[in-house]
Amino acid sequence: MSRPLKTAAIAGAVATALIAQSQSAQAGKKEKCFGVAEAGQNGCAAGPGTTCAGTSSTDYQGNAWMLVEEGTCLTIELPDTADGKMRTPSLEALDRDLPA
Amino acid sequence: MSVTQTDFRTAILDSDLNVPDGLKDAQGRPAGRRFDVYRNNVAVSLTEALQAGFPVVFKLLGTQNFKAIAGVFLRRNPPSNPMMMHYGAEFPDFLRGFEPLSHLGYLGDVADLELALRRSYHAADCETAGGDVLARIPAAQLETLRIGIAPSVEVLSSPWPIHDIWAFNQVKGAPKPRSEAQDVLVTRHEFDPEPHLLPPGGARFVAALMTGTTLGKAASETTVQVPEFDLSTVLTLLLTGNAITTATI
Amino acid sequence: MFDVTSRFPQLPNAPGVGYKPQHFQNIMGDPGHVTWLEVHAENYMGAGGRPLAQLRLLAERFPVSVHGVGLSIGGEGPLDADHLTRLKHLVDWLNPTVFSEHLAWSSHESAFLNDLLPLPYTNDTLSRVADHIDQLQDTVGRQMMLENPSSYLAFAESTWSEPDFLREVAKRTGCGLLLDVNNVFVSATNLNYDPRSYINDYPLELVGEIHLGGHDEDTDDHGAPLLIDSHGKPVVDPVWALLDHTLSLSGPRPILIEWDNDVPEWPELDAEAERASKALEQVAA
Repeated sequence: MSRPLKTAAIAGAVATALIAQSQSAQAGKKEKCFGVAEAGQNGCAAGPGTTCAGTSSTDYQGNAWMLVEEGTCLTIELPDTADGKMRTPSLEALDRDLPA
Repeated sequence: MSVTQTDFRTAILDSDLNVPDGLKDAQGRPAGRRFDVYRNNVAVSLTEALQAGFPVVFKLLGTQNFKAIAGVFLRRNPPSNPMMMHYGAEFPDFLRGFEPLSHLGYLGDVADLELALRRSYHAADCETAGGDVLARIPAAQLETLRIGIAPSVEVLSSPWPIHDIWAFNQVKGAPKPRSEAQDVLVTRHEFDPEPHLLPPGGARFVAALMTGTTLGKAASETTVQVPEFDLSTVLTLLLTGNAITTATI
Repeated sequence: MFDVTSRFPQLPNAPGVGYKPQHFQNIMGDPGHVTWLEVHAENYMGAGGRPLAQLRLLAERFPVSVHGVGLSIGGEGPLDADHLTRLKHLVDWLNPTVFSEHLAWSSHESAFLNDLLPLPYTNDTLSRVADHIDQLQDTVGRQMMLENPSSYLAFAESTWSEPDFLREVAKRTGCGLLLDVNNVFVSATNLNYDPRSYINDYPLELVGEIHLGGHDEDTDDHGAPLLIDSHGKPVVDPVWALLDHTLSLSGPRPILIEWDNDVPEWPELDAEAERASKALEQVAA
C-alpha cells in the first residue's frame, strides 16, 4: 500500500507552484508557433509541384530499403541502455506489432 | 467498359498496375500518363501532409528518406476520413514497426509528440482557471482536490529523450539530446501548443489528474512509482501553461 | 450559431479569394480589392483553436463561402454519415453566405484519397450524384452549388456532355452551379474541345459563383498538352479571356481567385483580385 503524501507536502508544493507561476507571468507571455498551423490542410488543387510523374510505389518496399546519409538522425544516435530509466514503461501501451 | 472506383483506387495506390481500361484521351487512346496525374496528386499531397504534420521526423530522416517512408506509409494507411488535420495517427506505430528504421527506436515516440502538438492545436477552447483558484483552497482540502485539465493539454511518456530531440530540431540553439527517458507536457497558450519537459513521473501524475483522480492520490501513487517525483515543478508547469480549468473540492 | 448570412445575404458580384491563414493580418488590415472569402470546409472541422477563432473574426467583416473538398459526392458508396454531420455542424455554426462542393469522388471503402477524382458521365452516375446532393441539401438545410472538375482523361463509357450532365443534376436537385473557368480551360485543352462552346452550352443562369486559378503545363504520352489544375500560379491570359466571354453571356458574378500552392504574398493575390474587378467593370459598362 502506498503511504499518502502528507498534506503539508502537498500544500508546500502548491505554494511553491503559485509563487513560481506569478514570477513567470511577470516575465510575459510566450508566443511561439512551431509550424503546427499549416499541418494537414485540405485543398482542392492538384498536389504541390505536381507533374504526371506517377510517383512510384515500389522503389522502397521490403528489405532492400536503406537509409541514405542525411537528416539529423545520424548526429544524435542514442545508446540503448545509457540510462537506468530507458526501459520505463510508456504511459500508453504501445502497439509494437510489425505491419504485415 | 466501365471503370469502378475500386479499380481506380487500386491503380492509384499501386503504380505497377496497369491503368484501368476504359480511361481514354480525346482520340480514344488509352489514358497512359494522364492517369499518373491522379497517382501523383494522391502520393504528393499525402506526403506533403505528413511532412507538414511531422516536421521533426522529417528533419531527423532527411528529405529523401522521409519521402520514401511516407510513400510506403500512405499506401498502407491512406486517410480514413477527409480531415487532413488529423492525418497520420498511425504513423508513430508504423515507424516503430518499420524494420529498416529499427535502429532509430525513438522515431515513433517523436512522431507521437508531433501528433500530440497537432491535437492540441485543434482542441476545443475553454476558460482556464488562474492560480487564484488553487490559492483559495484551504491546505487541509488540497488532498481531495480534483483538478480539471484543459482539452488542449497532452502528456507523453517515452523511454527516449523525446523532448530534447524535438527541441534540438525545432528550437534554435537547443543542446544535443541527453540520453534519458523523458515525460512531456503539451500546453497551449492561446493558440500555440508548446511541449515542456516534465520531471520523472510527471506524465503519470497528470494522466491521473485527467481521469479525475484527486491531487493527493495522484501525487502519492506517483511518488510510490517514482520516489524523486517533484510535485511543485509539475504544478508550476500546469499553472504557467494555462492547463487548469477547474479545481473542485 | 454565428449567422454570416443575416449580415451578408449574398456574395457580391466582385472579387473574393480563397482564404490562407498567412494572409490574416493583410485581410483584416487592408483587404484591397477583395470583398469576400472562401474557406475549405474540412479545415474548420476541428474542435477549436486558431482556425475557428480566425474564421469567427473574418466572418464578422466579410461574406464567407464554405467550399467542401472532401464529401465525395460522386462516390459509388453511400455518403460518409460522420462527414455529413461535420458539414452540417459547420454550416449551422457559421451560416455562411453560400455553400458548395465538387462533382468528383475522393473516398472509397473507408479510404480518403485527398484528390478530386473523375466520374463517368452516365445515367447511373447522374442518379447517384443527384441522390447524394438531395441528401446533402436535406442535411444542411440549404441549397448548395456544384463545381465542374478539371479533367485529365475521359471515360469511354460516358454518354453525357459535362454541361448537359450538370444541367440535369441541377434540374433534379435544385442545386446551383459553381463554374470554374480555369477548370473549363484545363479540361478543354486536355480533352481537345473548344472551351467557348462549353461555356455557350453551360446553364449560366444557374451559376452563383465563378472560380479562377492557375495551372501547370505538362504533356501526355503522345506529346499533346496536358494542363494540371495546380492553383500555384497566376491565372493565364487565355483563362482571363474565357472569363470575359463567360461574363459577356452571364452578366456579373462573384469571382473567386484560388491560389493554394506556392501561395504568394498578399499584394500578388490582391493584383489578381484587381484584374477580376476590371473584368467585372467591363461587363457592367
